[in-house]
Amino acid sequence: MSEPLLQVENLKKYYPIKSGGFGKVSETVRAVDGVSFSVQEGETLGIVGESGCGKSTTGRMIMRLIEPTEGKIVFNGKNLMDLSKGEMRKARKDIQMIFQDPFASLNPRHTVGHIIEEPMIVHKMGDRKQRQKRVEELLELVGLSAYHAGRYPHQFSGGQRQRIGIARALAVRPKVIIADEPVSALDVSVQSQVLNLLKDLQKQFNLTYIFIAHDLSVVRHISDRVGVMYLGKIVELSESENLYNHPNHPYTKALLSAVPVPDPEVKTQRIILQGDVPSPAHPPAGCTFHDRCPVAMDICSKERPHLKKLDDGRMVSCHLFH
Amino acid sequence: MSEAILKVDGLKTSFFTDDGEVPAVDGINFSVNEGEILGIVGESGCGKSVTSLSIMGLLPSPPGKIVGGHIYYKGEDISHAKESRMRKLRGNDIAMIFQEPMTSLNPVFTIGDQLIEAIRLHNHLSKQALTDRAVELLKLVGLPRAKELLNEYPHELSGGMRQRVMIAMAMSCNPKVLIADEPTTALDVTIQAQILDLMVKLNKETNTAIIMITHDLGVVAQMCNRVVVMYAGKVVEEGDVKDIFNHPKHPYTEGLIQSIPDLYGKKDKLYTIKGSVPKPGSIRQGCLFAPRCEFVMDKCKENTPELLGDSHKSRCFLHQEQA
Amino acid sequence: MLYYSVKRLLMLIPVLLGMTLIVFGIIHAIPGNPALTILGTKATPEAIHSLNKSLGLDNPWYVQYFSYLKDILSGNLGTSIQTNSPISSEIWPHLAATIELSFVAMIIAVFVGINAGIISAWKQNSFLDYTAMILALIGVSMPVFWLGLLEQWGFSIKLQWLPSIGRDDIRNSVNPITNLYLIDTLLQGRFDQFWMVIRHLILPAIALATIPTAIIARMTRSSMLEVLKSDYIRTAKAKGQRMIWIVYKYALKNAFIPILTVIGLQTGLLLGGAILTETIFGWPGVGLYIYNAIQYRDYPVIQSGILVIAFIFVMVNFIVDLLYGLFDPRIKYR
Repeated sequence: MSEPLLQVENLKKYYPIKSGGFGKVSETVRAVDGVSFSVQEGETLGIVGESGCGKSTTGRMIMRLIEPTEGKIVFNGKNLMDLSKGEMRKARKDIQMIFQDPFASLNPRHTVGHIIEEPMIVHKMGDRKQRQKRVEELLELVGLSAYHAGRYPHQFSGGQRQRIGIARALAVRPKVIIADEPVSALDVSVQSQVLNLLKDLQKQFNLTYIFIAHDLSVVRHISDRVGVMYLGKIVELSESENLYNHPNHPYTKALLSAVPVPDPEVKTQRIILQGDVPSPAHPPAGCTFHDRCPVAMDICSKERPHLKKLDDGRMVSCHLFH
Repeated sequence: MSEAILKVDGLKTSFFTDDGEVPAVDGINFSVNEGEILGIVGESGCGKSVTSLSIMGLLPSPPGKIVGGHIYYKGEDISHAKESRMRKLRGNDIAMIFQEPMTSLNPVFTIGDQLIEAIRLHNHLSKQALTDRAVELLKLVGLPRAKELLNEYPHELSGGMRQRVMIAMAMSCNPKVLIADEPTTALDVTIQAQILDLMVKLNKETNTAIIMITHDLGVVAQMCNRVVVMYAGKVVEEGDVKDIFNHPKHPYTEGLIQSIPDLYGKKDKLYTIKGSVPKPGSIRQGCLFAPRCEFVMDKCKENTPELLGDSHKSRCFLHQEQA
Repeated sequence: MLYYSVKRLLMLIPVLLGMTLIVFGIIHAIPGNPALTILGTKATPEAIHSLNKSLGLDNPWYVQYFSYLKDILSGNLGTSIQTNSPISSEIWPHLAATIELSFVAMIIAVFVGINAGIISAWKQNSFLDYTAMILALIGVSMPVFWLGLLEQWGFSIKLQWLPSIGRDDIRNSVNPITNLYLIDTLLQGRFDQFWMVIRHLILPAIALATIPTAIIARMTRSSMLEVLKSDYIRTAKAKGQRMIWIVYKYALKNAFIPILTVIGLQTGLLLGGAILTETIFGWPGVGLYIYNAIQYRDYPVIQSGILVIAFIFVMVNFIVDLLYGLFDPRIKYR
């Protein structure tokens, strides 16, 4: 196996919560608590999990939009954590991001042309004329037209705006694109258009995706490998075929069984989890899932399991497999 | 087949804006039978939420107004009923739950205040009886610590718990019809499973008919008996859930089903419906889906198809030709 | 809650200290020598020097400031140059007059303002809404002295319904106990005087209430409009609740925080900013007291008057802070 393009090691983000007027740290929210994974060039790593599991924070930390508390982010052999602010800004040319809300992430006062051109100006690419030409190319590439450059974001539909977001991310010819819930605000019929576009672009430019979403079907469709997160940790990570057809971790099983399948003939045996996800400020001792786990054992409340590689290459963090 | 408890007949609801009349719901028909779960499915802007607000008499007015058609509840036309009559029906006969459990409860009153109010509005009970009933309802929807919950505020509860409170409130007066407008869209998938489970259970136990308004075909497939598919303010297909999913007649329905990524098998490329939903009122002639339809014919652009069929209806010339 | 109140009170200390420093600084920045003012222009340099010394004015400023602070803390606000009596005992009757007037004005403002705002929001874009908001606009723009004079001309001179000057009739003056006349007359069982006091209060209170009424009405309207659009109002309607209940019980409590803030600020302003109204209506309050002191360059009185007003302003807002929690359970006091 070749050297991974991006490798994340033991990434953590702790938020101290201060109480009292004197800055005493009363508790710590462990939003992301030791996440490790690697991504090969040209592949798509999906990250799924429910709200508050830390998947978005993880995505943002890779670009250091949120400063990690601890951990290593090795990109192309360089640890991004060692870079100064200025160097990091340059490094972001290779790692771009697409956001969930196509309505909020585009400046309403700028023309679409300007929005797409801006990252190129920031990274000093080409002259004005070349940039303008590239804007037109990009618009065509994402399925819009060159004449759209003069329009404003509010003149577009949700799906079109997400295309603009994609064009903006592609403008600086990045190697990695981190997509944070890129289709969750879109209608089904438009969602499939955007997913197909992302796949086509990946093939065309050999892009590497980190695809963060809560929708398991969408993640499966686009990802080569999938990591499942629960309370700031990856509980299972493997090839998507494998993970979906033979989930190992009890949480992955429950999560998959909870998805309503759009086929009335298929009646899935739902594993209904009791209660809610605990607060990341007070994660349960031992395995953080043990209090909701249908197959919890004694050891689960005492010892914290680690993400362990099984014989077939799958990684699971569960005492059942240790 | 059991009696239709709610019947929507040619309902037209428009919004009157500075740009003139915008038809949000344009002549829709469907009925809900006692104790069944009817799904109304469609993408944003198809008019499914406006339909539910029209039934409840809760349209933001102005600018919204019912401009045509009838809504029959147990044979009584309530489409233009007086506010005092609607107040008696709301909560008591027809209840509703909404998409955002986070904002649908009043943040400055306790759960008890809000739940007891819902009961008291339609029942004359003693204070003790009201509290007992509230506790009973909270237990019914599977909430632990029911007694303590009465004194807690919405912000102390998780999203799933709040949606359970909303359901408890809606079920408080044993309504005949429960309209659920995207009740699980804002929830995580494991919590969604809990809530859907609860709703099916309540439907079986109380025989309350549920109108499930959603964009999620998975939810529809797993929960509903019958389905109404809406597109651009019109019903394009209606039928038994199995017929709709196994033999969709309208190209839009088929497209929707095809464009969902599969959880248990990999498709290389997703089916897509080209273009996007037309702005309300922008297409004046022919089938509203014609500009996006794969099977479009000449007459689709000129004539408007009717919703035809017996138990499985569709609004498409394709199938009416064959018939 | 108790912990929070104590903490907030402790946090007031630097604010109040800063306040005294500013008041002290302003007075010292004003050109002119108090000794010269007291002794007159014909005083000899020796006399001025010895008076400066006995007043402690030859000390460095920080020594003066600390002795000033010590005086305030022991309740000594200094002596009026004009009357030569201690300000601390002189100022209370004036303060009481201002408090009484502001209180009545604020009751009017809150009652009228909130109701006007609610009705405007409820019946948005109706005739009622437009009328209320135009009146509110006029209310904010109308100078108090102009409105006061109009009132006097109309209700006192033309119609002769209400008195235009003072807190009571000169020939039937109230015998002060607390100096809050509404309370004093009741304590003495003089209901005739109670009525007289109310009649005296009406015109100045209305003049004083105009601006706060308009501001409260506008804030209530915008705050209520926001709340009436929210999902939980729709939920309440879906339960079958009556609109009037929804508006007054559900929506108002949610909309109240910004309204409360405005009420607090306006109350503070009324207590301090009543100078114009008090002058026009001959109302013997703090405003008039300071106004007279300015004319006589009675620096100690000006200084103490400003200090007292600032103190009240700070305290009113402190109380408002504590009240927030009553209306919104999400506000946690730590």
